[in-house]
Amino acid sequence: MTKLNVNGRVVDIAVEADTPLLWVLREQLGLTGTKYGCGVAQCGACTVHVDGAAMRACAMPVSAFNEAQKIVTIEGLSPDSSHPIQQAWLALDVPQCGFCQPGMIMAASALLAANPKPTEAQIREEMTNICRCGTYNRVLAGIQRAAGIGTSG
Amino acid sequence: MNAITHPSRRGLLATVSSALGAFTFGFHAPLVKSAAAQGRNAVPEINVWVVVQPDDTVVIRIARSEMGQGTLTGLAQLVAEELECDWSKVTTEYPTPGQNLARNRAWGNMSTGGSRGIRDSHDYVRKGGAAARMMLVQAAANGWGVPMGECSVANSIITHGPSGRSTSFGKVAEAASRLTPPKDVLLKDPRNWKIAGKSMARLDTAPKLNGSQVYGMDLRLPGMLNAAIRACPVFGGKIGAMDSKAAEAMPGVKHVLRVGDNAVVVVADTWWRAKTALDAVKITWDEGQHASASSAAFAEVMKAGLDAPEAALGNRNGDARGALARATRRIEAVYGYPHQNHACMEVMNATALWTPERCEVWTPTQNGEAALAATAEAAGLPPARCEVHKLHLGGGFGRRGAVHDWVRQAVAIAKQIPGTPIKLIWSREEDMLHGRFHPVTMCKLQGGLDAEGNLVGLHMRIAGQSILAGIFPQNIRDGRDPVVFQGLNARGGEADIGYTIPHLLIDHAMRNPHVPPGFWRGVNLNQNAIYLECFMDELAHAAGKDPLAFRRALMGNHPRHLAVLNAVAERVGWGSTAAPVNGQPVFRGLAQTHGFGSYVAACAEVSVNDKGELKIHRIVAATDCGHAVNPQQIEMQVEGSFVYGLSAALHSECTVKNGRIEQENFDTYQVLRMDEMPKVETIILQSGGFWGGVGEPTIAVAAPAVLNAIFAATGKRVRELPLKHADLRRA
Repeated sequence: MTKLNVNGRVVDIAVEADTPLLWVLREQLGLTGTKYGCGVAQCGACTVHVDGAAMRACAMPVSAFNEAQKIVTIEGLSPDSSHPIQQAWLALDVPQCGFCQPGMIMAASALLAANPKPTEAQIREEMTNICRCGTYNRVLAGIQRAAGIGTSG
Repeated sequence: MNAITHPSRRGLLATVSSALGAFTFGFHAPLVKSAAAQGRNAVPEINVWVVVQPDDTVVIRIARSEMGQGTLTGLAQLVAEELECDWSKVTTEYPTPGQNLARNRAWGNMSTGGSRGIRDSHDYVRKGGAAARMMLVQAAANGWGVPMGECSVANSIITHGPSGRSTSFGKVAEAASRLTPPKDVLLKDPRNWKIAGKSMARLDTAPKLNGSQVYGMDLRLPGMLNAAIRACPVFGGKIGAMDSKAAEAMPGVKHVLRVGDNAVVVVADTWWRAKTALDAVKITWDEGQHASASSAAFAEVMKAGLDAPEAALGNRNGDARGALARATRRIEAVYGYPHQNHACMEVMNATALWTPERCEVWTPTQNGEAALAATAEAAGLPPARCEVHKLHLGGGFGRRGAVHDWVRQAVAIAKQIPGTPIKLIWSREEDMLHGRFHPVTMCKLQGGLDAEGNLVGLHMRIAGQSILAGIFPQNIRDGRDPVVFQGLNARGGEADIGYTIPHLLIDHAMRNPHVPPGFWRGVNLNQNAIYLECFMDELAHAAGKDPLAFRRALMGNHPRHLAVLNAVAERVGWGSTAAPVNGQPVFRGLAQTHGFGSYVAACAEVSVNDKGELKIHRIVAATDCGHAVNPQQIEMQVEGSFVYGLSAALHSECTVKNGRIEQENFDTYQVLRMDEMPKVETIILQSGGFWGGVGEPTIAVAAPAVLNAIFAATGKRVRELPLKHADLRRA
């Protein structure tokens, strides 16, 4: 039995210790906004916040977490899609198919939390999530808009 | 897609989980039919495209699949334009393939590929909107006892001018639904559009921002079990022997099964447990006749095809061989294009529920009707006793259209466990190994120049894989696959060559490997544009001419091709020196093509440093799609096309060794990420008069524009992709 703090609630999880956090979120907790894309921490579709930092949930066993760590998923980022990143995404119509976007949004919001005014080069370096539809330029513009540093791309 | 929460889809209601205050999707009543199936229920449809609810909500039915390309919003704009409804009150829903079958294909073709979503259905969906408007106005006029001609309509409000009375769509919808549909329906002149032709925000964005959008992978049904699958990694191989004892004893495991003769599946309470147990099944494969196949060996087969005496004719005028023999100078080059995987972000998945009486499937699909056919065949039931519920696609790119191999697997599993919904999810590794791959081809180009450096003859010999031979062999005629010549056709209006060359021969020596081909976004236009546009650059260089001027001299009879090329050339200031970036000189390359009914061109600006590192700074792109239904969505498709095309150009290839694909995940199958993404400037030419697709054509100009710019920067011709293998240091 593992205790996790997810989106502000402490929950008991009864799974094999090596189950990746991603699959606990999706299958035990029904939080399907966090996506499976690769399983090897390459694509970032499974990005969540752990104590505010972006982490790829597919490659971390649930046993690596305890209830003192605050895990936040896309469902818990804001109660009403009001996070500045979500608002910027809405304003710029960033998503296409949208499958990678929960991970993008979680990565982008963690980036701004750590660095409220990132340079374009920093954004390009930090945002390593894969989008096959090709929303990168609008993701970049969305982060800049949310950071209040104008838009480009 | 708002259908998920639309009242007519009561079976697909989201419920709020009390445990976390987060959304859990419990689909309590999966067999409840939508309004479209129920026909005239509490909320009557005006016609198959339009339902108006008493509160004036307008439900527009969308037959094509939304996979990110924006077709859902664009098609809704076209219907709403003619309907004269209040755009803020528009929502959408998918009719199901079973409903389409039951109603004699009232919604037409559901296939969503070939950039056809709008270009092949604009006429009948607009007529649907217009007919619904006429019926609503007629109903209002009847209610007032006035001639219809005295009534006007705008924003869902119908007004009788002489009396000043007005009513809304919602109030007359029920009466309108009982009227006979009009026979003669006139459509608006696109110049008068108010909703179509504008950059309306997408209708499907909000649920993509908070995790509530349900993709196929996210579906949950009561009593559902999860399945993980492994098919023989060698195409054509089978299961030899398997030992599943250890797997069967693992937590949560319910079944270890065979699917056909080539795949092993574990069914468990959760997918992760199924996948973990699958790893513990000891499988010995009977790899069959392709066990030693390799990309290197097949390259030799294609090379032989480059000079084979027999080839299928694609485009011919004059006597190319004679002209080449007589030419003052002859230039020759051989290009190649590798296998690639679509690599949709959402791996293949389907949920199936089989009973002896009925089979239902929930899956992301680009072609609901093809999914229904696959379901019926795998279920052993007539199509009328099957149904497919289209779920949102986490990417399609052609993988989820023509072939529904994953649907057949899901049904085959469910058939072994009657009455239990089974959700099959492929691992990324399974998705990479069992794709339907971009065809592999090579091309030998021979061009002849006269003494003045004019192109007098060209022979393009393509050798390699045919998609149709692998997917629709019935469409091969006399050994000829017409799709192979995409972008190189003499005429047809959909994918025509943009040059008039005095003596021309384009032919194809079909050589098919054992790797199954697929329609990969952009299809054959991708490699054909590389072959032709890079070779045009080679010819121009050999002739000592400017690449733009050299092309223009051949494009007099192709004004639309020329217009997009001119547009990008003018925007970048072709002929001027590009401003250096970070001290590195910047060089330009051009490309143009015609495909999926649209004319596209690009100019890439790149630099290559002393270490041979490439940086793509900016791409200027032009598209003439005739009528532009949503310019912002077109821009997004153009930007996305460069990501797809540059991923292919720079990084992505699937190679075969020992009969199987070597790249199993994104660590070895690299794609473009944000650090490499250039700025993209999109020019939309709206010449009107035709309807071209926008989801695919631009992909084809990404690679040749960059390759030509690389030559300008380094003097090196890269003729084999991906670029990661090339040494770009100046010679």
